[in-house]
Amino acid sequence: MKYPVKHIISLGVLLFALWLGLSGQLNALMVSLGLASTIVIVAITHRMDTIDNETYPAHMNLLLLRFWLFLAREVIVANIDVIKRIFRPGKNISPQLFELPLTLKTDLSRVIYANAITMTPGTVSTNLDKKTVTVHALSIEAAQDLYSGRMANAVPEDYEDE
Amino acid sequence: MIFIELISWLFIATGALLGIAGGIGIHRFPDFYSRLHAVGITDTLCAAMFLIGLCLQTGVSIASLKLLLIFIFLFFSSPTATHALANAALLGGLKPELDEEYHGHCFDRRPD
Repeated sequence: MKYPVKHIISLGVLLFALWLGLSGQLNALMVSLGLASTIVIVAITHRMDTIDNETYPAHMNLLLLRFWLFLAREVIVANIDVIKRIFRPGKNISPQLFELPLTLKTDLSRVIYANAITMTPGTVSTNLDKKTVTVHALSIEAAQDLYSGRMANAVPEDYEDE
Repeated sequence: MIFIELISWLFIATGALLGIAGGIGIHRFPDFYSRLHAVGITDTLCAAMFLIGLCLQTGVSIASLKLLLIFIFLFFSSPTATHALANAALLGGLKPELDEEYHGHCFDRRPD
């Protein structure tokens, strides 16, 4: 077994909470049916051997939450910048395409980083491999901000992998 | 309750304005890649504002939980979709219109 038992338990709790939230039925029959379907799903997932650190990174939940707060702030700041550029008359953008060297070690962290780049307006990741991420940026300022590594440092490292 | 109503409509109105701003951006920016950035506004802040406003309308209930789930789904899917579009365009050979002033200088160079 590649993953700890707490992954299975936390997946079960999450799925059951999702079921409760989606159905809203609280009588005994419905809840027991929901519980049964949760157990079946977890059993099937376990048999398929797909509850690993990559598909379900339960060990970094708190780190991810902290990163999402950071990302929310970045997204708002980037939005304001792009909106200013949209309404600025004349030449308002200076598009860049460049390769950014990556220092993150695991696939999961790299994907989180590339998705965070795409999520903030003003920068879009167009290609991702082991060593570099290709980024299209709307302005030289956005490109320089990525080069400063501020966002790369905030991405949680998947320490349990490898 | 009028207070919550007011804040809720403030969020929804901001979201609508952001959507319009994104639309104007799509028309003003010159090529496919820069338009993706304008779409990014409607994908992120505009959608978030709408969903927060609607959450305030419904109050604490199953419906607001479902709105939250929609937000989480958008949060994961919209950057993935944007990345897939940009990647397909680049592999398909669509050349981006780059800034002449910095073209070739920014590539692989670390500004101080």
